[in-house]
Amino acid sequence: MAKIKVYGHPISTATRLVLCCLHEKKVEYDFVLVELSAGAHKQPQYLALNPFGVLPTIQDGDLTLFESRAIAKYLAKKYEGQGTELLGNSLSEQALVEQWSQVEGQSFNSPASTILFQILFVPMSGGSTDEAAVEMNVEKLKKVLDIYEERLSKSKYLAGDFFSLADLQHLPYLDYLVTDCGKGDLISSRKHVKAWWEDISSRPAWKKATGKTP
Amino acid sequence: MAAIKVHGYHASMATVMVLCCLNEKEVEYELVLVDLPTGAHKKPEYLALNPFGVVPTIQDGDLTLYESRAIIRYLAKKFQGQGTNFLGSTLSEEALVYQWCEVEGQSFNPPAFSIVSQIVFVPMRGGSTDEAAVEMNVEKLEKVLDIYEERLSKSKYLAGDFFSLADLQHLPCTHYLVNACGKGDLISSRKHVNAWWEDISSRPTWKINFT
Repeated sequence: MAKIKVYGHPISTATRLVLCCLHEKKVEYDFVLVELSAGAHKQPQYLALNPFGVLPTIQDGDLTLFESRAIAKYLAKKYEGQGTELLGNSLSEQALVEQWSQVEGQSFNSPASTILFQILFVPMSGGSTDEAAVEMNVEKLKKVLDIYEERLSKSKYLAGDFFSLADLQHLPYLDYLVTDCGKGDLISSRKHVKAWWEDISSRPAWKKATGKTP
Repeated sequence: MAAIKVHGYHASMATVMVLCCLNEKEVEYELVLVDLPTGAHKKPEYLALNPFGVVPTIQDGDLTLYESRAIIRYLAKKFQGQGTNFLGSTLSEEALVYQWCEVEGQSFNPPAFSIVSQIVFVPMRGGSTDEAAVEMNVEKLEKVLDIYEERLSKSKYLAGDFFSLADLQHLPCTHYLVNACGKGDLISSRKHVNAWWEDISSRPTWKINFT
């Protein structure tokens, strides 16, 4: 059976999410580099796979799939029973995984990605960081993390006492915020968020996804 | 068995989407009003259910669940085999449902909700519409809808030739855009998007929200 093909880029947060998921599920894949600096993601060849022109996209046999959270969900379902269980064990647990996955996508992602964009990517393309935008989004993110702190004081992981897609979805942006944006204090100042972060970021699958280990 | 409780508000887009889903799945429920205009969603009683202080939240037995997109997925799974099938028939079809659900949540909703917020909600709270923000978000939404036009020229619904959660997720905000924001041209100017919108918005379980 042909391996899953992942079209992506190593620095892309969404690509890292999918790679991490593949490693957690112990699924082999072929990586096809989409060269962002050359604008390859906006060329017809890539747009034919993903009309939104963003990374990543996967091909699994006849199925072409984009949106990293949908890809992760698909992999978690297809490979249920292999590698790490990422979806919870009962209907109620699965529902809580969905809930915290949506919280990531709807409440965490926007301020986190704006901070990263302003601090790291805007200077990389020759512009200057909008400090007011950073400050505003840091305030938003603090409110979200306060809720996480309360949740994680009662529960080892977001959806319950089991690691799931909901936790995994937070890895890419938190890693950049802590490592490259000087925002580690957002995590380290919250006891339970800190413990949770140290746990999930030390998972071998995450280290493989970021190239920290082969 | 106790009916599912939905804590929500009749004019909340997210609440209406959950109610529509319950109706599609032929599931009984009890609507518990959370009076947004009086700030009920920010009071301790509601925050104990949903610390983010937004509606809706459901209670189904021991399970308390929020985030409307998570709620409808839970309902679609729990009541699989009853009412409308929302998840396709194969793993690949289900994957495409999730893909287009994410497109709604990540690419469609931000600009669409901003437009509705500026035109409908900001004035309701005594502020004035930021026309520049509306224009910017209309442009973003046009690009997204162009991609939908291409997709829907090949496929009756977003995930395939079957109605799914992905289509349902678009009902509330598009309804406001067309009926309350004067932005119907975004839909009607695109042949296949228009046909899709007319189809999904004429479903009895959707129309019942407005009778």
